Amino acid sequence: MRIESVNENTCMVYFGDQIGAESAGLVKRATDRLRRDMSDLIVDLVPSYTSILVTWDLEQADRFAIVRRVRAAIDSEDDGSTGGDSARIVELPVYYDREVGLDLEDVCEHAGLSRDEVVRIHSEQLYQVYAIGFAPGFAYLGSTDERIAIPRKSTPRLKVPTGSVGIAGTQTAIYPSCTPGGWQIIGRTPQKMVDWDSDSLALVQVGDQVRFRAISRDEFLELGGNLDEL
Amino acid sequence: MSFEVLEPGMLALVQDAGRHGYQHMGVTTGGPMDEFAFFWANRLLGNDLDAPQIEITFGRFSLKANHEACIAITGGDLGARINDQAIAPWRTHHINKGDRLDFTTPVSGLRAYLAVSGGFKPAMKLGSCATVAREGLGGLDGKGAKLAKGDTLEFEKNASFVEAFLPEPEVPDYQQHLRLGVIPGYQYRSFSIVQREKFFSCDYEISQNIDRMGYRLKGDAIHSDLDGIISEGIAYGAIQVPKDGQPIVLMKDRQTIGGYPKIGCLSALDAGLLAQRGPGSSVSFFLSDVAEAEGRRMLFNQRLKTGAPGVR
Repeated sequence: MRIESVNENTCMVYFGDQIGAESAGLVKRATDRLRRDMSDLIVDLVPSYTSILVTWDLEQADRFAIVRRVRAAIDSEDDGSTGGDSARIVELPVYYDREVGLDLEDVCEHAGLSRDEVVRIHSEQLYQVYAIGFAPGFAYLGSTDERIAIPRKSTPRLKVPTGSVGIAGTQTAIYPSCTPGGWQIIGRTPQKMVDWDSDSLALVQVGDQVRFRAISRDEFLELGGNLDEL
Repeated sequence: MSFEVLEPGMLALVQDAGRHGYQHMGVTTGGPMDEFAFFWANRLLGNDLDAPQIEITFGRFSLKANHEACIAITGGDLGARINDQAIAPWRTHHINKGDRLDFTTPVSGLRAYLAVSGGFKPAMKLGSCATVAREGLGGLDGKGAKLAKGDTLEFEKNASFVEAFLPEPEVPDYQQHLRLGVIPGYQYRSFSIVQREKFFSCDYEISQNIDRMGYRLKGDAIHSDLDGIISEGIAYGAIQVPKDGQPIVLMKDRQTIGGYPKIGCLSALDAGLLAQRGPGSSVSFFLSDVAEAEGRRMLFNQRLKTGAPGVR
């Protein structure tokens, strides 16, 4: 672990230089402990693939005190109050079809696989939530099977419909709201990913794991899915 | 008690100190581009320091007072007038029922802050009213809209007039050449000595591409030894260097994470000074350190507590 100053009330905590389960585990564990032990000082935490950005209240502590507290919190034993170190698994229903999977055919062609094979490969695996950013609730999940990896679209769409499930490289993600974007869209979830009026706010957090479940058109509609382009 | 927006101008936004505690969900902070001016406006009125205000960019903003009130104006001098009489920034003013307040065009600086005694009372979304249009959060109704003609700015009754002002020597001069201290950090070590020298000796021009997300600068291109980095959290004031080598200073509505190398970071107070400069102004950088930024901020926070002439 490396702690480096960024500005007068922000520092970065680095846990390694490689994207993967090991760094992700360390980030999740540290994020839980910082939340548990430093809620009096911390203004914002931004966990990502291998690091956590920590912003604190300068009125309460200077940078030396913060480094001491961060080290103490992260080195502390698990007392069970953070729910342990095991990840929460979130299951997301996805309707995989050309009707909403705007690039499903391109992905199949690129992979040289049938639609059913692409869907099976995408949905049979457990994904790690590595980071959240780009837009509120936009979760970067990794890593997909190399067989269905595909570069971003050369020209991004101006509007990607809410709930779209996309692939870029070996990452996959769900668009929580309608935004511009260049990921290759293979399906759509009826599940609301962010809801600022609910208590949970965002469905997935960094450190969670996600599994996709293929559903039919009927089930998609039953669950409140929207077939519109926007 | 309320004001009515007659003309919204180019960009007038409801802002408080920012939406904190949600960046892990990808929600940016928003908040005042110039913290120095924002906090002083509330302090002059004896408000809570994070009480909601209006951030007016470029001017051409007009309102009518439906009730009398005590207001404070700080930040850029956008040629404010009450009933067509020029009024000075960095002080409080009394405004009567029926009065008209206009911000005309920038005399100095780019963004003015309008605070009212007791603070405006917009909807709160995720604990804040900071307007971030791209996220659809904040503003009067909580959905991220900028102010529009006919909007009603409500505030609580607070009739007593306080005459307070920031002493002249403490008022920032937004027209003097801007030279900002950079706190080395992030990928600083991945910029070679030659690249750093270039960065610290160049006069950068502020481009046309400036908004609340970031300030794009134009000047000597600098390059790090890295193609990209593993995406990581971006602090307010971080200086990002994309492939074209032209630095971008990331401001209040910045994305929460990003994958471009960063040469360092400005202090919040320095980023606020940059936010008062428009396209065509120049800015240069020198190597500073986090101790200096921390010390200056602590002094500022202390200074705010002391108050100013007339402040209770």
